[in-house]
Amino acid sequence: MNNGLKTLTNGILKENPTFALVLGMCPTLATTTSAINGMSMGLATLFVLVCSNVVISLLKNLIPDKVRIPAFIVVIATFVTMVQLVMQAYLPAIYDVLGLFIPLIVVNCIVLGRAEAFAAKNSVGLSALDGLGMGLGFTLSLTVLGVIREFLGAGTVFGLQIYSNHFAALIFVLAPGAFICLAYLMAAVNKLQKK
Amino acid sequence: MKNFITSPAPHAHSGDSVRRNMLLVILALLPAYVVSVIEFGWGALITACISVLTCICTEYVISRYLLKEHKQTIGDLSAVLTGLLLAFNLPSNLDWWIVVIGAVVAIGVGKMTFGGLGQNPFNPALVGRVFLLIAYPAQMTTWPTPQGFAGSYVDAETGATPLFYLKNIVNGDASAIDQLPALKEAFLGVMGGSLGEVCALALIIGGLFLICCRVITWHIPVSIIATVACFAACTGWAGVLPEGMDTCHYVAYELLTGGLMLGAFFMATDYVTSPMSAWGKIIFGIGIGFIVMVIRTWGNYPEGMSFAILIMNACVPLLNKIRPQRFGEKKK
Repeated sequence: MNNGLKTLTNGILKENPTFALVLGMCPTLATTTSAINGMSMGLATLFVLVCSNVVISLLKNLIPDKVRIPAFIVVIATFVTMVQLVMQAYLPAIYDVLGLFIPLIVVNCIVLGRAEAFAAKNSVGLSALDGLGMGLGFTLSLTVLGVIREFLGAGTVFGLQIYSNHFAALIFVLAPGAFICLAYLMAAVNKLQKK
Repeated sequence: MKNFITSPAPHAHSGDSVRRNMLLVILALLPAYVVSVIEFGWGALITACISVLTCICTEYVISRYLLKEHKQTIGDLSAVLTGLLLAFNLPSNLDWWIVVIGAVVAIGVGKMTFGGLGQNPFNPALVGRVFLLIAYPAQMTTWPTPQGFAGSYVDAETGATPLFYLKNIVNGDASAIDQLPALKEAFLGVMGGSLGEVCALALIIGGLFLICCRVITWHIPVSIIATVACFAACTGWAGVLPEGMDTCHYVAYELLTGGLMLGAFFMATDYVTSPMSAWGKIIFGIGIGFIVMVIRTWGNYPEGMSFAILIMNACVPLLNKIRPQRFGEKKK
């Protein structure tokens, strides 16, 4: 049990996909223009991560070593298609904003990375916990990034107006703001972890 | 370093220091500042004071409380210079809190994040200006028209800068020619624009003073100005200018308006963010001149001097691979 807990928290702090592993930078920078967008992207990835980790862990003895990457991609793509269709049907507004980045979860380094590095070698239970931990870590960092960028760039948090739009610095909603915020957050996380 | 010879003590100190250089640059900026105070009145005074004070405070707070340095670097005047240069790049009627944000970003993000003076890859004042330009595009692109102390600080009459009309002219709009100031006015600085960039004459005097004092070399300013002139002349000869605008006038307007003189003499020549060798400096200058003209002619913004300098700043580590021949080294 102790081992399981360790696997779960590993992805949230020590091996946080965004701040420690620096994987999946494309959606991290592009979809965190607001808190809700960042969180939706994180949750979509979380679902794919848990499901693909479980299935790949189950199939690990059946998949020949030489074709494992195509096999992993097929499994991942199945779940991404599910997420995409569900979001398109029930959350059309968010689907329109995230657009291309939902199908791109297929080639997200975190999903493939965990399949290769963890699920292909460990038991089903541990793989599920690892997927959950990594997914939560990713969701958490995307939400934090989204909250900061939305707060500085539009004066709102989850759509709630905190201060007047007049004072908000537009740059934080645009690409340069994403890089600046990510850099300072990463520096802060590194500083805290060193202690 | 085999051939490096160090003679035994005593050594004489040339008297050169960071503080002395910064002081000379600030002195060289004064003529342009006096002109802008005459033209923009209280706005120029207030904006520059806020910018300089915020820069000094930010540097002190970060180095004292965040980096916990024992020795403070405010005395070397580099923060004062950054603040002054930032103010020179802002419209004089800018709200005070935007100036504060710009100064905090210039010192905090542009300089102290990288470890302070000497380690920043980008010109801090330009980092502050470009940040503000993208963050507050509306406020940053409304320039006051020169009114002296008669105009009030914030509600001054505003208008577009000559570069805006110049872009329209290059793109074939002959009606914009009447909107341009006379060449003499552009040379003396009686036109709209950022606080310190309007008076080409004062900036050239300041720049020549710096070259005479050997604070900067001629390579960067000359190569920037020459490239811009060549590019503008080629545009003129290519026949895109409408009736009523000849090539000579067009070249003169490109050289005298916008932030070209300020950038060429004071921003691009920053020690930390420009190449060390003579050829490196010339390539650096040609790059800036080319990028600025591309942005001015085809870009979305009317002026591209700050972007051009920042882009070439990023190339400096590469340009620094051009090294002078070592003493005694044979050419292969």
